[in-house]
Amino acid sequence: MKCRVCRERAVISVRRHNAGFCRSHFIEHIHRQVARTISDHHMFGADDRLVLGVSGGKDSLALWEILTVLGYRVDGVYLHLGIGGYSSDGLRFSRQFASERDLSLRVVDLGSDHGFSIPEAARLTSRAACSACGLSKRYLLNEAAAEMGYDVLVVGHNLDDEAAVLMGNVLRWEVDYLTRQRPVLPTSDGGLVRKVKPLLRVAERETAAYAILRGIQYEIEECPMAVGNTINRYKEWLNRLEEQSPGLKAQFLFGFLDRGAAYFPPDPPELLACRECGRPTPGESCSFCRLKNATVLRIAGRSA
Amino acid sequence: MHQPRREIEVSGPGSVKALLNRLDLVSESVLVIRGDELLTDDVRLHPDDVIEVRPVISGG
Ligand code: SF4
Ligand SMILES: [Zn+2]
Ligand SMILES: [Zn+2]
Repeated sequence: MKCRVCRERAVISVRRHNAGFCRSHFIEHIHRQVARTISDHHMFGADDRLVLGVSGGKDSLALWEILTVLGYRVDGVYLHLGIGGYSSDGLRFSRQFASERDLSLRVVDLGSDHGFSIPEAARLTSRAACSACGLSKRYLLNEAAAEMGYDVLVVGHNLDDEAAVLMGNVLRWEVDYLTRQRPVLPTSDGGLVRKVKPLLRVAERETAAYAILRGIQYEIEECPMAVGNTINRYKEWLNRLEEQSPGLKAQFLFGFLDRGAAYFPPDPPELLACRECGRPTPGESCSFCRLKNATVLRIAGRSA
Repeated sequence: MHQPRREIEVSGPGSVKALLNRLDLVSESVLVIRGDELLTDDVRLHPDDVIEVRPVISGG
């Protein structure tokens, strides 16, 4: 297979674009896709202060590299969730990446800041690991961004992440979630920082290829809590469909965003300040404080 | 997909695509790597190639 641009040997084929690319034209293609996503959705401008949630995996590190190449100054925040070697390796890859490029990385430690880890929350409460983890990440990233005065929180969700979440929400008709699945989640009065997803047009396979082709060392090992994760199962199903019908995944996601989403208009609940932490929540206590209380209480009960 | 690391021998030369079919994998879920190069599906493999099939799906 040959590169669509220069006819040299291709290193990757992007079947939904019916195209092969050599290394340098693939990298260029990815930069263009991300630049276009940022401008199409008015995600941020040159003056905005940007912070990226970094996990040490391919998506967040690739995105950090892409945004830096595109000329944005982006700081990183790493959430240490206490998931054994997975968390410490993620931190090591993130630190290495940041120090090689002279980027600033702040570390938030769930254990020392809040007194529990994700495996403990999963073991001691009725929440599944990924559900406890997802809500903690959303909370902690927003908290870090708000506290440090950033204008925009950038996250590394790629096309496959968004398509798989959409599939889960459609399979169960989670109408409420459908009103919130957007490339840009605007700032809210209660203190939610604007959140954007510049990798929306880049498939998971492409962020991995980009990372490899740029020589980015990232965490390859999968999170040990991900076994049986439904989102990963949906990704695999979508990829099996994609194999038969290249482009289907993108059609599903962008069809929703372009035509379907209008039927699920955002209906932001009125947000109040959580009575414990003061962060915005539709209820009295936010879901993070409830998870934290339940977990910390049981940890204390065990050691008593 | 949690895929533990494992090594297997696959006999007979063939293309990358044929290898993936043998392993019941779809190209969209993996990258196929030989040394430090990424391989497209049409590349023919040699009998003594050492190939890494790296899953790209990750949760989190
Ligand atoms: S797989 Fe689940 S537990 Fe692990 S990092 Fe992702 S969301 Fe968290
Ligand atoms: Zn080229
Ligand atoms: Zn709270």
